[in-house]
Amino acid sequence: MAETLAVTDNLDALESEAIHIFREVAGEFDRPVILFSGGKDSTLLLHLALKAFWPAPVPFALLHVDTGHNFPEVIEFRDKVVAEHGLRLEVAHVQEWIDDGRLQERPDGTRNPLQTVPLLDSITAHKFDAVFGGGRRDEERARAKERIFSLRNAFGQWEPRRQRPELWNLYNGRHRPGEHVRVFPLSNWTELDVWHYIERENIELPQIYYAHQREVYLRDGMWLAEGPWGGPRDDEKLISKTVRYRTVGDGSCTGAVESTAATIADVIAEVAASRLTERGATRADDRMSEAAMEDRKREGYF
Amino acid sequence: MSQLLRLATAGSVDDGKSTLVGRLLYDTKSVLADTLDAVHRASADRGLSTPDLSLLVDGLRSEREQGITIDVAYRYFATPKRSFVLADTPGHVQYTRNTVTGASTAQLGVLLVDARNGVVEQTRRHAAVLALLGVPQLVLAVNKIDLVGYDEPTYRRIAKEFTAHATELGYPESNVVTIPVSALVGDNVVDRSEQTPWYDGPTLLEHLENVPVHADAEDAPFRFPVQYVIRPRTAEFPDYRGYAGQIAAGQISVGDEVLVLPSGIATTVTGIDSPHGPKQQAESGESVTLLLANDVDISRGDLIAAAAAPPRVSDEFDATLCWLGDKPLRAGARVLVKHGARTVQALVTELRSRFDEQTLSSVDEPESLSLNDIGRVVLRSAEPLPIDDYADSRRTGAFLVIDPADGGTLAGGLVGAPLSQLDQPEIAEAEPAAQDLVSPGP
Repeated sequence: MAETLAVTDNLDALESEAIHIFREVAGEFDRPVILFSGGKDSTLLLHLALKAFWPAPVPFALLHVDTGHNFPEVIEFRDKVVAEHGLRLEVAHVQEWIDDGRLQERPDGTRNPLQTVPLLDSITAHKFDAVFGGGRRDEERARAKERIFSLRNAFGQWEPRRQRPELWNLYNGRHRPGEHVRVFPLSNWTELDVWHYIERENIELPQIYYAHQREVYLRDGMWLAEGPWGGPRDDEKLISKTVRYRTVGDGSCTGAVESTAATIADVIAEVAASRLTERGATRADDRMSEAAMEDRKREGYF
Repeated sequence: MSQLLRLATAGSVDDGKSTLVGRLLYDTKSVLADTLDAVHRASADRGLSTPDLSLLVDGLRSEREQGITIDVAYRYFATPKRSFVLADTPGHVQYTRNTVTGASTAQLGVLLVDARNGVVEQTRRHAAVLALLGVPQLVLAVNKIDLVGYDEPTYRRIAKEFTAHATELGYPESNVVTIPVSALVGDNVVDRSEQTPWYDGPTLLEHLENVPVHADAEDAPFRFPVQYVIRPRTAEFPDYRGYAGQIAAGQISVGDEVLVLPSGIATTVTGIDSPHGPKQQAESGESVTLLLANDVDISRGDLIAAAAAPPRVSDEFDATLCWLGDKPLRAGARVLVKHGARTVQALVTELRSRFDEQTLSSVDEPESLSLNDIGRVVLRSAEPLPIDDYADSRRTGAFLVIDPADGGTLAGGLVGAPLSQLDQPEIAEAEPAAQDLVSPGP
């Protein structure tokens, strides 16, 4: 009983903090946008935004940087949620940037790093001045020092030494024309907090977060699904496994984990006992080097 | 009692703070296999035979190269009793501004000293900063106790000196706890050490799990900065008008009389909408939407306060600034002040004094305040602000000073003189030595 109470109090505090952040941004910025992929963190962000402004509609648009390497269930879910709440969704298709030569396909077929340019181009084109992301400080060491309001220069770059001290709950969102602020309302949540909250609020997620049968092949220690991103190679064999996804990103580098967790409660039990962090388990792009995330953040990635 | 504890750590360079935080994460099983693998690999690359736990927390490449922590990092761990948000603040002298940042939201501060060196200048400075920012509980971890042969008299001497210093800063002795630890070996961090039979107090984690904590200003009069006005104008809610915000102090019930400031209009709370639906009562820390009896003109930046105990509304006030900007502050500077949800233009009319945290005394009428300086000033704002003394309310007594030119945060501001102990004139004969100490630069 005492344990349940602790979780509830903790979740109430995190929920209140996130709602406060959404309202600050609504009060101080002209054109905020929520990055929304249909994944669990962005679905949680939207859930909190809906609460922050109820009974009025969410006063922000949504933006999805679509690598084209999607899980169809997630896109279907994304569109359903958008329609349900009468929201406006902008989609930046990485494919368009590749087609007109602004970007080049990488030899390894991974499109996650290619999201940065379409993201920045969209921010500029739509004049977005605040961009909500679902990043959490517990995900990775470079993120542990991220601010809740993270200033980006006109090139979208994050400069560690220009980040402002954040005192009390007074956020400073001032920026020069062309600059924007990335805002992370889930900064202080852990992966387990996210799942406990999803359970408490009974938030619907795409089915791929729960155990299902899928044809997968093994690459670099991860179970990848077949798809337009060029797998499996001749030396890689497709096998049917019971799996689920802990994160949802570009299909070429988002791995499934073997799991029989079919419900939210199963997932919580699995996450609580897990020996791998979310990113380490399933995101090949974070494994590249010890400073991988720091480098990508400097380039303007989330 | 809250089940979420926010704490901040501070210590001098080489006191082993990163190792202590790494140890807390490691021994509470908050470090997962892949992270640990990475630390093992990196330790082996450097020719170390045991994993260097500080690598768990030293995040940015530049600081790994320099071997120092350069920015506040937030860590998360949990036990069945509590969840912890830990602000790991750098110890290097030029980054004291980060201690201010970490301390601003902390309910407990953990200071570290090296048992071989005892209480040093940095320890005194950090304790003063924690006291100034109103962190209610202090812990001194006397680290590297293994390196002094687990010597009890050494620990007692350091504990006594620190407790005396903390008491001088205004802490009741019951809110100051000292613990002999070795972060490297793990003594008394999570697990009780067999090497310190003479110590019968709690381990660090036991203390963190059991120390009483309270939400900021929960007993203070009601304060509610309005962040946003919610007006759906939909078919379902054609006339709904709610004032959204997070309760900064005290509590509110439906039927309570309130004042809207700075206008001074009196009205009554007719409803409280929360993330979980309507409720009769809400308290400090909750994000809610208030419905009021009269259709009054209220906008973002206004403050709704208890009618019986409103804050003072003033366009000129004394404040203490923790100067965080690279450019020094001089009298006459034009700045922006963000207080609650309101940002106004302001003028720094006077620099009254600059504190010397080492001697706990102050220098009158200084020429300027530089990075890391703490000083008393007088501010005049273009519009009146509803303010409380920081000592009474950590939220409505706090403000940011912002550079109107580039939008940077220049200072953390505290209304009034929350640490009056610091505001004592210097003893004349100590002046030359004190002058040498005031500049923590570069």
